[in-house]
Amino acid sequence: MIAETRAEARDAAELVQVEYEPLPAVVDPERALEDGAPIVHDDFGTNSCYTWKLSAGDVDEEFGNASVVVKERYRQQRLIPNAMEPRGVIVQPFPATGELTMWSATQIPHIARVTLSMVTGVPEAKLRVVAPDVGGGFGSKLNVYAEEALALVLARKLGRPIKWIETRTEGYQATIHGRDQIQEIELAATSEGKIRAVRAKLTVAMGAYLQLVTPGVPLLGAWLYSGAYDVVAYDFECTGVFTTTTPTDAYRGAGRPEATYAIERAIDALARKVGKDPVEIRRLNFLREFPKTIASGLTVDSGDYDAHLDAALELLDYDAVRKDQAERRERRDTKEVGIGFSTYLEMCGLAPSRILGAIRYGAGGWDAATIRFLPTGTVQVLIGTSPHGQSHETTFAQIVADQLGVGYDEIEVLHGDTAVTPLGMDTYGSRSLTVGGIAVYKAAERIVEKARKIAAHQLEVGEDELAYDGGRFTANGGALTTKEIALQAWTAHNLPDGMEPGLEASYVFDPENFSWPAGTHIAVVEIDTETGNVDLIRYVAVDDVGKVINPDVVAGQIHGGVTQGVAQALWEEAVYDDDGNLITGSMVNYLVPSAAEVPSFELGSTETPSPTNPLGVKGVGETGTIASTAAVMNAVVDALSARGVTDIDMPATPERVWRAVKEVAS
Amino acid sequence: MLAPNFPGRKEDAVRRVSITVNGAEHDLDLDPRELLVYVLRERLGLTGTNVGCDTSSCGACTVLIDGESVKSCTVLGVQADGQEITTIEGLATNGSLHPVQEAFKDTHGLQCGYCTPGFVMATVSLLRETPSPSEEQIRHGLEGNLCRCTGYHNIVRAVQQAAGVGV
Ligand code: FES
Ligand code: FES
Repeated sequence: MIAETRAEARDAAELVQVEYEPLPAVVDPERALEDGAPIVHDDFGTNSCYTWKLSAGDVDEEFGNASVVVKERYRQQRLIPNAMEPRGVIVQPFPATGELTMWSATQIPHIARVTLSMVTGVPEAKLRVVAPDVGGGFGSKLNVYAEEALALVLARKLGRPIKWIETRTEGYQATIHGRDQIQEIELAATSEGKIRAVRAKLTVAMGAYLQLVTPGVPLLGAWLYSGAYDVVAYDFECTGVFTTTTPTDAYRGAGRPEATYAIERAIDALARKVGKDPVEIRRLNFLREFPKTIASGLTVDSGDYDAHLDAALELLDYDAVRKDQAERRERRDTKEVGIGFSTYLEMCGLAPSRILGAIRYGAGGWDAATIRFLPTGTVQVLIGTSPHGQSHETTFAQIVADQLGVGYDEIEVLHGDTAVTPLGMDTYGSRSLTVGGIAVYKAAERIVEKARKIAAHQLEVGEDELAYDGGRFTANGGALTTKEIALQAWTAHNLPDGMEPGLEASYVFDPENFSWPAGTHIAVVEIDTETGNVDLIRYVAVDDVGKVINPDVVAGQIHGGVTQGVAQALWEEAVYDDDGNLITGSMVNYLVPSAAEVPSFELGSTETPSPTNPLGVKGVGETGTIASTAAVMNAVVDALSARGVTDIDMPATPERVWRAVKEVAS
Repeated sequence: MLAPNFPGRKEDAVRRVSITVNGAEHDLDLDPRELLVYVLRERLGLTGTNVGCDTSSCGACTVLIDGESVKSCTVLGVQADGQEITTIEGLATNGSLHPVQEAFKDTHGLQCGYCTPGFVMATVSLLRETPSPSEEQIRHGLEGNLCRCTGYHNIVRAVQQAAGVGV
């Protein structure tokens, strides 16, 4: 319905009577694979969308020889991303030129332009996509949505601006969901708990229609089911399944929280089986030499896992909390305490383009920056990544300020507008700093290189005789600042022979490896065994994200990420009934945590710079979410394990916990 | 939810109301079903007040009505007749940020910023009622506002900082 006002559109929509023919529903991916299950797409004849495998080493032999085998099954419930700004799109046509400008609350203006042009036939060069200040994404705006295409086509057809703003309830139904997979993981280990092999098998709900990266999301975890541990054989298999539900797609962490959850839960199960402390079993299995090619075939750049584990234990005062736990058990306290670990390893910074090609991703993983020194001495930094809360303006300005010796306030970071910025690959997968930030750094380096040539020419010295510090070239008592050189480059009155005027440089960076943050997160929960209520009372996180450029920004990303992961463990779950109705269809019955549900976080850090990029940085946008779900659930199980509880499904609601406690008691 | 079961319909007469927003009085002819948040955003162009949900769950739309924090998506424009409203745009004085705004900025209390106007307004009201709140009082006092980015850690720091300078 198109109308002049929201109210008119709603009134008009009420006049439309839709007759729905109910089709059989199948909402569970395992059920969807059973014989006789309703087929989502008749022409496929099966709900199996794909099966993808990765195998290395002799897994069967390792399992045959193993003294201890742990076999676990976990459910990654379906989640609703809930970026606080709903989606929205406005398209303004310019009929005289055939141009169209789209403003969209998207994470991916550049990718959206390519795909929307392909879908609608609007020539790419006539389409400008602007992602202004976008209110969060977490993967849910890493998609090209039907409403965007529709608004574009309608604006072109009617020659008038079209605006569509999502309601939250629509968002629950039609914006992509996250997770929804069943995980089976097996560990083959020696009697003392040294893991030799990992086998992981996933069954993942795709929803009814594949979105931008739906099938690829679980595969982003494919390499990580051995976690931070050194194994010799590895087997991964993932089956994507069509279900009559909203599509799943990227949600903060995408594939890697799932992998981390499975291995971190399973290693705790192994610890219980061989009678070891969760800390001890982790130390026994850690990867220790870097760079290290892991069983699944990728190379971990750098790390020191004992260092962050030690730091976290100290921050927590591990022995004291264990003592409290023992004392409560001693006095038969109805309130149990549990300690949960997650010594995660993450693979992020999407991505080396060749690897993306190998897994048949449709685009590259590079990113771009252009730096333009303006004649008045201020600097424009044009970036291909597209922030929606990650503080690119701050962090990237710091990188440039450092190199060019100009003040932060003199730097303008411009992003999210295809008419302004260089072609880029946008923001997701903790890639902005490790890929886009390196492009910024390299472009700044090029500016300095050129400025050096101009300085040498004007000061009449050799380039190598120039000292450079804080934006000033000096030699023989003469000096020129980058700002002065910017003006000189613009007037071009006195440049070296043959030099192009202007002080502007671009760089496109394609990383040679992923970035591999790691860390130790420890959750402490208190469980009221009489009500089943789980209270997260402490949360310690020590992360190694390589070199840190802005500690506040990094801490903020960790706080937010942790909270989202904790929410998966304890509160959030999207539920469909058997007829395929979403019964958690709004914020009223889907618990997005408020400030009252979470504690303040206790953060620490260690640092092993990444050797694969000149800044030594690793990604941080998703670490918190990747680590925390497992830490919290391990804490829940740890609290109740003395009573015999070994597993609880997520979210660990009071009812589930209470039932689990009852069940083992009877 | 908004329509379809809303009392007003297009054919109902518009109503003239007089609302004071950030010190300026506005006489407006409102459709009886118009929510205050849309009156602010679309009629007065005060787009600092955001809409994050349709179930009065998120607090992104929080404003002050006669000094008290209210979710402006739960109030009809016509109900605000004769009342005094403060939005995020009305907090700064002579170009300098309100101490609560300053505190959110100093403590990195926002990331995407979408929830921030609501949090700032809720904080102004919280600190009026409880000038030196404990962490627990802050967390419970802001329970009606949701943020998906910050994990609340730095929002709590912001409120503490603002309380410290006395708001
Ligand atoms: S928009 Fe008012 S509470 Fe969400
Ligand atoms: S800062 Fe993004 S929702 Fe709060």
